[in-house]
Amino acid sequence: MAKYIVKRILLMLFTLFVITTICFMLVRILPRELPQDKNLQAVIEARWDALGYNEPLLVQYGIYLKNIITKWDFGTSWYISVMKPAWDVIIDRLLPTVLVNLYSLLFSIPIGIGFGVLAAIKKNKWQDSVISTLVMLFVSIPSYVYAFLVQYFLYFKLDWFPLNVYSLADAGGSWFTPKMFYSMIPAILALSFGVIAGLTRFTRAELTETLTSEYMLLARTKGLTRAQATTRHALKNAMVPIMPMIISSFIGILGGSLIIEQIFSIPGVGQLYMKAITLRDYDVFMMDSIFYTFVGLLAGIVVDISYGFIDPRIRMGER
Amino acid sequence: MADKEYKDIPKEMFEFANVGEKLSDKKFDTKPIGYFKDAWLRFRKNRASVFASVIILIIILYALLVPLFSIGKDTQLMDTYYAKKGPRNTWLRQFGIADGGVEREFSEKSLIFALGVGVAAADVEGKGGVVLSEGLENEYQPIIKINNETTKVGKTVYNAKIDTYLEVGFIYRNIEQSEYAKIVEWEKETGVKVLYPLIEKNQYNYDSEDANYWYKTESGNAVRINASGQAVRIPYSEDMVLEDNYKRDENGNAVYYEYVGGGTIETAQYRVRVLYYNYYHYLNGHEPNYIMGTDSQGYDLAYRIANGIQLSLMIAVFVSVINFIIGAIYGAIEGYYGGAIDLAMERIADILAGVPFIVVATLFQIHLAMKVGAIPSLLFAFVMTGWISTAANVRMQFYRFKNQEYVMAARTLGASDARIIWKHIFPNSLGTIITSSVLVIPNVIFSESMLSFLGIVNLGGAERTSLGTLLSDASSIWTNYPHLMIFPAIVISLLMICFNLFGNGLRDAFNPSLRGVED
Repeated sequence: MAKYIVKRILLMLFTLFVITTICFMLVRILPRELPQDKNLQAVIEARWDALGYNEPLLVQYGIYLKNIITKWDFGTSWYISVMKPAWDVIIDRLLPTVLVNLYSLLFSIPIGIGFGVLAAIKKNKWQDSVISTLVMLFVSIPSYVYAFLVQYFLYFKLDWFPLNVYSLADAGGSWFTPKMFYSMIPAILALSFGVIAGLTRFTRAELTETLTSEYMLLARTKGLTRAQATTRHALKNAMVPIMPMIISSFIGILGGSLIIEQIFSIPGVGQLYMKAITLRDYDVFMMDSIFYTFVGLLAGIVVDISYGFIDPRIRMGER
Repeated sequence: MADKEYKDIPKEMFEFANVGEKLSDKKFDTKPIGYFKDAWLRFRKNRASVFASVIILIIILYALLVPLFSIGKDTQLMDTYYAKKGPRNTWLRQFGIADGGVEREFSEKSLIFALGVGVAAADVEGKGGVVLSEGLENEYQPIIKINNETTKVGKTVYNAKIDTYLEVGFIYRNIEQSEYAKIVEWEKETGVKVLYPLIEKNQYNYDSEDANYWYKTESGNAVRINASGQAVRIPYSEDMVLEDNYKRDENGNAVYYEYVGGGTIETAQYRVRVLYYNYYHYLNGHEPNYIMGTDSQGYDLAYRIANGIQLSLMIAVFVSVINFIIGAIYGAIEGYYGGAIDLAMERIADILAGVPFIVVATLFQIHLAMKVGAIPSLLFAFVMTGWISTAANVRMQFYRFKNQEYVMAARTLGASDARIIWKHIFPNSLGTIITSSVLVIPNVIFSESMLSFLGIVNLGGAERTSLGTLLSDASSIWTNYPHLMIFPAIVISLLMICFNLFGNGLRDAFNPSLRGVED
């Protein structure tokens, strides 16, 4: 097990390294633009020179790697927050993204699993067909459509919630105030529909499979009631594939949703990514790309490893 | 005893039943059912999938036919006066739907202004003295219905429904003299009035550029000039008479055109005041009929959506086919040869799969969009990482089948690697990869719309547009013009739902053992 984990992590680092290299090369050959401000221009040009931005590409890459390893320095933001380290810029944006997505997950996991269990228990009855049809619809509809529907009904028609997430100053200076949570509700809802539908579908599929298995029959002949057998045996076994999916979603929330952040103007990682592109802030763009890549790779590994922890029957690293 | 009777039967009593006849197996009366036929039979039973495929067909037909019927018509021309207008259809209008109307609040001033358009339109001769209630009945009256009056902050507010097309009212146009003659000719032919009297530019004209201020005003309010030459405000009522401010010649007849420049008879420029609704009728040969309204630039939204479906579907199908081909070849080589080749190729696929799609798409756009255009660079981005899942599918199938006896038999008989790969093993994976190729289509449509929406890709233009571009155009203004968002969103959602249903149906049909197990 330990060997397998180490192997997977090393492989991940290798993949991350290759992707970073390619991204770096592709980003650094782009022409850089100087800001309008003359004083700033001189300062930035001097900094670029000092940081070796005018050296050959490979030398630049060497400097970049050296800075990351020795100083944990992923470059500097030149336009978004002038002269701030790219790492700090992204860390500042992490909290709103994580919060909105975390709320959304905490909201949708119980509902999703609940509906899934209901549909599986009532398989082929009307409850199941209603849930399955709705799931089919909700899984397919793009998230931005939900965002518009939520905005339209909750803001324009009913005027219960604000259009966008409050800025830090409006909400009392912290991301954890009730006011901030209140303003996040539309975004949380828009994110949740798809997650709930996906989870319902997954739970239903897994649970129907375990419900029809032979140990359920044994459990019933042993004298357990249907409810007992379902919760103690079927649900437990169905959770084996469901748990890793939930765990991977928890990691996935670091990445957040670009489009939802854009629509509800949440100052998160996704919005930072869009800003980095439009303002051509390439160091931040690099940082964000590495971040997204890392989150994706990490989610994959954790899912694979968690299988081994959740269900000891699954031996990791064996073919 | 029965067996006793049959003892010692002489040899001569036996004779051959079919001597001299050719013996062969009877042919099956039924037709053989192949893999695809079998799948089709199963697919047909899945009602949801069949229904979804019918809807997909309808959408495709719509995308193909609408532009076809619009050729020659000027519906694909943009009309800046009729930009962002809601759905309107002259036939459906009588039933109260698609009337191009919006509910709005009016102050007394703006209500008179809007009603005034209808009053002026009723006054064809430019004689003046039309009562407001007469103008209410006019077919060019923008106000469809006045619902109620309320009082807000001490002022009367009227809630009314207004036809946004007729609201444009009158505009000034500079046209050539020959054009003027043509319009007059057309007016006589059809009996539809286009040209209306010009307006005097005096102290009572509130805005000399706005052709809708045809009545005497003082700071925008309708006034009447009393005997002593003073302007008196007229309050709003059903029988109020707006005092016209038309330009008149010495004989008191309304003036319809004004010479503004140009030398010869043909190039002489006339300034005229036209009722835009009828001017549009004159220009295009039909009244404005936009069943889905117009988009932010003034194109027919129904036509733009057809265009968008075409582009989005074309991109999706292209990506799906290319992924199919690359994935099949890559996966086949990986799976068939195995060992070191497999390991190396898997690593490459792993690395590519690790790059977030959004980053690939962005980098391709930044680097290539200038050189090869937005669409090819988007296609590259899709193809770059899209084939990996197909390849993994094919590879798995190859691992399952490559050591089976029939493959060994083929190899013993001297079949080449290529023959074994494509003829003997690959068809086993056909079902799964067809399914996954179909399921690629909604994903591509979604990703494309997302990228356009975020502004990373820009596929918009006069010639073409994509569904995502339509949505992103609408994203900042849709609160005032909901139809801009509703129709493209419905189409995208329908496409996604139907392709997903269709793909699921295909999967169940090709692989019945997977039924109900949804990834």
